[in-house]
Amino acid sequence: MPAPEQRRIIFKHIDEPGYTNDIDCYLRNGGYEVLKKAVTRKPEEIIDEVKKSGLRGRGGAGFPCGVKWGLVDRKSGKPIYLIVNADESEPGTFKDRYIIHQDPHQLIEGVMISCFANNVKQAYIYIRGEMPHGARILEKAIQEAREKNFVGQNILGTGYSCDIFVHRGAGAYICGEETGLIESLEGKRANPRIKPPYFPAVLGLYQCPTIVNNVETLCHVKYIAEHGGAEYAKLGTPNNTGTRIFCVSGHVQRPGYYEFEAGKITMGQLLYDVCGGPLPGRTFKAVIPGGSSAKVLRFGERFKGKRKVGNDMVDYDWGVEDVPMDFDSLAAIGSMGGSGGVIVMDDTVNMVEALANINAFYSHESCGQCTPCREGSLWMKKITTRMVHGEARPQDGALLKGVADQIPGRTICAFGEACSWPTQSFYLKFKDEFDNYHATKKQPKADNALELV
Amino acid sequence: MSQPAPAPKPDLVTVNIDGKEIAVPKGTNVIEAARLLNVDVPHYCYHPKLTVVGNCRMCLVEMGMPAVDPATKAPIMDPATGKQKINWIPRPQIGCGTNVAPGMHIRTTSQMVKEAREGVMEFLLINHPLDCPICDQAGECKLQEQATGYGRGYSRFVEQKNVKPKRTQLGPRVMLDDERCILCSRCIRFSREIVKDDVLGFIDRGSYSTLTCYPGKQLANNYSLNTVDICPVGALTSTDFRFKMRVWFLKQSNSIDTESSVGANTVVWSREGIIYRITPRRNDEVNDTWLADSARVLYKQVRDESRLTATKVGGQPAALDAAIESAASHLKAGAVAVVGSGRSSVEEQFLTKKIAAALNASVSLVARVGEGDKLLISADRNPNVRGALVTGLIDQLPSAQLTELGAAIDAGKVKTVLAINEDLTTAGLTAAQLAKVTIVYAGTHSNATSEAAAVIIPTSTVFEKSGTFINQQFRIQKFHQAIPAIAGTHNDLVVLGKLLGALSGNAVTTDLAAVWQQLSSEVGLLAGLSFAAVPDTGRVLDSSRFAHLAFPEGETLHFKPAAATAAV
Repeated sequence: MPAPEQRRIIFKHIDEPGYTNDIDCYLRNGGYEVLKKAVTRKPEEIIDEVKKSGLRGRGGAGFPCGVKWGLVDRKSGKPIYLIVNADESEPGTFKDRYIIHQDPHQLIEGVMISCFANNVKQAYIYIRGEMPHGARILEKAIQEAREKNFVGQNILGTGYSCDIFVHRGAGAYICGEETGLIESLEGKRANPRIKPPYFPAVLGLYQCPTIVNNVETLCHVKYIAEHGGAEYAKLGTPNNTGTRIFCVSGHVQRPGYYEFEAGKITMGQLLYDVCGGPLPGRTFKAVIPGGSSAKVLRFGERFKGKRKVGNDMVDYDWGVEDVPMDFDSLAAIGSMGGSGGVIVMDDTVNMVEALANINAFYSHESCGQCTPCREGSLWMKKITTRMVHGEARPQDGALLKGVADQIPGRTICAFGEACSWPTQSFYLKFKDEFDNYHATKKQPKADNALELV
Repeated sequence: MSQPAPAPKPDLVTVNIDGKEIAVPKGTNVIEAARLLNVDVPHYCYHPKLTVVGNCRMCLVEMGMPAVDPATKAPIMDPATGKQKINWIPRPQIGCGTNVAPGMHIRTTSQMVKEAREGVMEFLLINHPLDCPICDQAGECKLQEQATGYGRGYSRFVEQKNVKPKRTQLGPRVMLDDERCILCSRCIRFSREIVKDDVLGFIDRGSYSTLTCYPGKQLANNYSLNTVDICPVGALTSTDFRFKMRVWFLKQSNSIDTESSVGANTVVWSREGIIYRITPRRNDEVNDTWLADSARVLYKQVRDESRLTATKVGGQPAALDAAIESAASHLKAGAVAVVGSGRSSVEEQFLTKKIAAALNASVSLVARVGEGDKLLISADRNPNVRGALVTGLIDQLPSAQLTELGAAIDAGKVKTVLAINEDLTTAGLTAAQLAKVTIVYAGTHSNATSEAAAVIIPTSTVFEKSGTFINQQFRIQKFHQAIPAIAGTHNDLVVLGKLLGALSGNAVTTDLAAVWQQLSSEVGLLAGLSFAAVPDTGRVLDSSRFAHLAFPEGETLHFKPAAATAAV
């Protein structure tokens, strides 16, 4: 079955010839019309539309946006803050940066609509430290929007005021964790907070109720405010509404950004039809479907089980190629849709070495606050690094799994899962490669092979 | 197994921990609730007096809540047991950050909890140097104890351990070994929350996180050694105590900090008559678990160079009985002034009062007023001025200068002075004035007054005797003898008792229990009390009789001056 057409709602204008990221171009393409309408509506109406839309957060966890907004403590009398999580750091994910670079006003409009809906007077865009260019673009765009009275005091003469500040991180993956982000925004070390009691919706930024949403999520909110929640829910599949942006990287012919209706395209269609399949003379070996912390899928494995379609439970028997690209299907087969970063590995990749790379990243990014993640991530890195440097032992694979099993579910934040899932899944699915790595490693290094971590 | 639940009061919450039910106040966390049932929930970062951060993950427990139907909220019963079904959360929860809720069920011994603890223990130990044989914390190290209690007992770690700074001098009294640090952040939170001297923090990240002082700052405040106490491992050690003695050789005696009227509770650690260190003893009404650094070096006065160890009469060594006899004959001549001490115990002040009464002598006390630090050192640097009030030794607050006594000496109205451990020159008397009178001095250390004394009787420091002090809250607190009195010194009660006996002609029993019999019958506020009956955390006396006095203390931990403003 050929792949469906892309359905670009977030990337509607991005990549169009002549589309630039200044406000004039955005206004020419109907920009800020949705905001103009939104500020004349009742805020509750917009929240209801978002709830109806079934929009799930695009940062990784897929938490329903309407539910998140519904949890906000609106009775405390404290100001409500909205934070845009633009700390896109998950390896393999690069969609938010593209939105910021190519269409910043779409984000700003989405932010302002969300702020209006939630009676937010101050929004922050927390942008990853490694994206200085994106921060400059946002600063310029916010200034342009402020001059046109879309942001700032007395927006469009409605009496409603809200400003946006851009805050640059200092370069740490953990700042993408919402409570770590809040700590960082408060000027502290980005140690995630314990939940309970510090749920952002109640005790967030400066101990005030706070909404933290991903860049892409807020762009979806703009679309929902324009077309209505019911209309949006028609996109994608039930419980996985709307579109998803996939950032395909690795060993495919045409890596890049692709926006499809969620669940309407399978992994096989995405990789073969859309991305052109493997490089000449190679075959796909493994794919990580949702950013590097998602559990890896091995080409050739079969997934069997029951899933809900409508009101019925339906049997499924999928290979990796058959898996629909949506949150629930990927979760059903033991991985996750995550942030949409699809990392493809072909048969030239040694999985031990790939894991060594991933482990090096996570051990470097652990904040160091709680024990299992802090010690476990570095231990796993030390093991895989030793393995790729020629000191592998037959029992190392099992040891890796033993270490990884002691981390998830026991940490303050989801980093524990993020750093242990790769090791767990790599060993589970490529056990032979780990168990026999000590033998293969004895062979001389290929000429021109890259230096390993 | 399960006991009948006590009827819950409105502010009590009944929880079930390992099958046992207990009602605890709302807001109690699982660690504290379990403690009440003698169930140990191991932990490192949690400290009852600091904020909860939940970072060590050692206190993971399995938690469940009673099942209710989501629609009707009706309880779902378990037909097997006939009780409400419990929905167990599939992942472990931290005991420190989880507050009790009605019907909450906790398991601390399940397989899930066991594995979680084993995992955390293994992680904590992989980069720990395991240098227990040379580590001062050995014997009182949470890492040792909990590794033995909850660890797996073997290591799977074959990689290189992290290398971090050793022997970092954080401040004048605290040494840091970063490799031993398990990053629990107790010391950081203590400095920030209790002392408000936010000088500690972590640098770097992940497993390379390193505890350090902010650049250009030092951990130099007067409470820095509390970080050593609360450090669960041997990362922070006291420069005074490190490498001096293994803690398991030391005897622990409960004592009281004498540097001010706060009366912080302490433990004195000694071996074979030598004190090695003083640490705080928890008293939630007085000092929580804290103690000033300055209170920890007070033991050094025991073997100070200026310590009096020879009984002398007229400059010549004498036996105690001869000295008492000589003192009594001086005092019997009349025109006596007694200078008591706010540093004496309640019992000693009581005998001092009796001596003064027998001699019909005037009594004064020397005030020591400094500045309070709003925490554990109050403005009144005498530990027991209130004892002198309660026993009736004095009836108004002392002043720092003995001006009246000086005038009386100059006027020739006072011929003999009995000075109890007070240097009269620091209280404003001149050497010329001292030369005009005969001085009987009973005290611990030599000074200008003992130099000028006709009779010198060396007495004991607070560490060499037992007794009670009454602190600023009018809380009577006990201190116990930690070490034998050093050679040549005499117990104050014996000295005062013998002197009283010599003056009155009746033998006086001078053991503590006998003095307390008199105290409880003669001192109204102490009626019915005995030394043994005073609880370890003290007992608050009725202070209404003294409400009119303008005590010098300002606010400190657990103390707000009541009448200070009214008196002004």
